[in-house]
Amino acid sequence: MLDDFLVRAGLAGLGLALAAGPLGCFVVWRRMAFFGDATAHAGILGVALSLAFSISIFLGVLGVALLMALLLSVLVARGHVMDTTLGVLSHGALALGLVAVSFLPTVRVDLASFLFGDVLAVSKMDLAVIWAGAVLVMALMYWRWSSMLTATLNPDLAMAGGIDPKREQFVLTVAMAVIVAVAIKVVGALLIAALLIIPAAAARPLVRTPEWMALVATLIGGLSTLAGLGLSLKVDTPTGPSMVVAALAVFTLSTVLGRQGRDS
Amino acid sequence: MQLLEARGLSVRLGGRRVLHKIDMSIAPGEIVTVIGPNGSGKSTLLRALIGAVSIEDGTVFRKRHLRIGYVPQRLGLEKAMPMTVRRFLGLPKRLSAAACEELLARVEGQGLADRQMSQLSGGQFQRVLLARALASEPEILILDEATQGLDQPAVAAFYQLIERLARDLNCAVLMVSHELHVVMRASDRVICLNGHVCCQGAPTVVSAAPEYRALFGDSAATLALYQHQHDHSHEDDRSRVPVGAAEH
Repeated sequence: MLDDFLVRAGLAGLGLALAAGPLGCFVVWRRMAFFGDATAHAGILGVALSLAFSISIFLGVLGVALLMALLLSVLVARGHVMDTTLGVLSHGALALGLVAVSFLPTVRVDLASFLFGDVLAVSKMDLAVIWAGAVLVMALMYWRWSSMLTATLNPDLAMAGGIDPKREQFVLTVAMAVIVAVAIKVVGALLIAALLIIPAAAARPLVRTPEWMALVATLIGGLSTLAGLGLSLKVDTPTGPSMVVAALAVFTLSTVLGRQGRDS
Repeated sequence: MQLLEARGLSVRLGGRRVLHKIDMSIAPGEIVTVIGPNGSGKSTLLRALIGAVSIEDGTVFRKRHLRIGYVPQRLGLEKAMPMTVRRFLGLPKRLSAAACEELLARVEGQGLADRQMSQLSGGQFQRVLLARALASEPEILILDEATQGLDQPAVAAFYQLIERLARDLNCAVLMVSHELHVVMRASDRVICLNGHVCCQGAPTVVSAAPEYRALFGDSAATLALYQHQHDHSHEDDRSRVPVGAAEH
C-alpha cells in the first residue's frame, strides 16, 4: 500500500495536519503567526547547511529552526520590539538560506521543492520521519495542554498555580521547530505557517471551548490536505499550495457561517 | 506560622528600582490590603510574592505547598480563544459540573457556567475570576486591583463578597487596591507602599499616620472625615462600620 506515491502523500499530509491542528491553535491564541513564519524561513538555511555538510535534511532543518525559535523566545522575553525583530530575522534567514543554497552544485538542489514542498516525492523513510515528528508534537500537546492553556491565558495566573510559563513557552518552541522540520517536505518553508494558522482560524467561529477548537482545526487540516492533493491531481496544480487553498476555502465558508449564526 | 513573608525584598525592573527593602508578612486568615499611588510597586510586590518576577535582593518565604488563589488585574482574553465559564473554572485542573456550580454559587454567579467568557459583564467577569481562584481551596487569595472598571456599588459589593468568603473559608486575603474607602473597612491590616513600606498597621492607625496623609493628601482627608463620622454613629448599617473600629 505504501508503494503508491499517492498513499504516501496522503498519509504525509494527514500526519502533518494531526500535529498542526492543536499547535496551530496556540499559534493563533498567542499571536505567534509571524514567529511561525520566521522559524519556517530559517528552515531554508537548514536545508543549505544539511546539503553542504551532507547530513540529514530533517536534522539540519530541525537544528536551525530550533536555534531560530529559541533566539526569538529570548528576544521576546527581553521585550525587544517584536514586529521589527521578527521581520528582520524572518527575511534575513530566508535570504541567507537562498544565498547559501546558491553556492551548492545545482544538480543537488531543487530549491522549489523546499520552498513550496514536494509531497508527491515523499519516500517511505520521509513518511516515517514525518509521523514520528507528528506523534512527538501531539504527545507534547496532550501532556502540557492544561498548563500551556493556563500560561497562554495569563502568565501570572499560571505562576500562582505552580506552572512556569517559560517552560510552557519552551515546549511550544520545540514543537514549532519539529513541525517546521516535518512540514518542509509537505508544504514547503513558505507555506508552513499557513497550515498552522488557517485551520485554527477556520475552526474558531464553530466552537465554544479550546479543546473543540483543536479538534475541529485538526479535522479541517486533514480534510484540506486530502482535498488539496485531489485538486492537484485533477487539475495539475502544485500540491502544497493546493492544500493551503483548500484550507482557505474552508476558512471562508466557516467565517460566513459563523457570522450568519451570530446574526440569527 | 506565616503563609507568606518578605524580608528585605528589593526588585529592579528594567533598571529602575521598584521595590526597596520591603518587610511584610501575612498570617492565616488575615485580610491585608496594600495601598499606594500609581507606580508605587503594588502589583510588583504581589508578583514577587508569587514568584513571577525575579528578586534583586532579600528573600521571600512561602509556606511549603502553599495553595494560592490568584485574581489578576486583567485577564486579557484573546478573542481568538473560545472559552466557556465552565472550562475556565477547570483551569488548570478539570472540575466536575457540580463543582463548577458550587463555585459559581459561592460568588453569586449561578447560571453563568455555559456562557462565553467574552460575553460576561465586568462584574460577572470578576466574579468568575474569583470563583476560579477558589477552585484550588486556597489558603490565601491574592487579588491585584480586582475591581478595575466596576462602578462604586459593584466595587463595594465585590469587597463585601471577598470579606465574607475569607471568613467562611478561613482563607487569608492579600489585595492591592486604590479604592481607599471600601478597602479600609474590610481589612485587618493595611500596608501603605511607595517603593518602600511607608507605614503599616490597623486601618485606623494607618489613616492617622503622617506618611499616609503625605502620600494621599486630599483623599486621605476625605477618608479620615468619613471614618470619623462612622466611629461616632450608632444608627448606621453594621456592615459599613470599619473593622478596626468595630473591635472597640
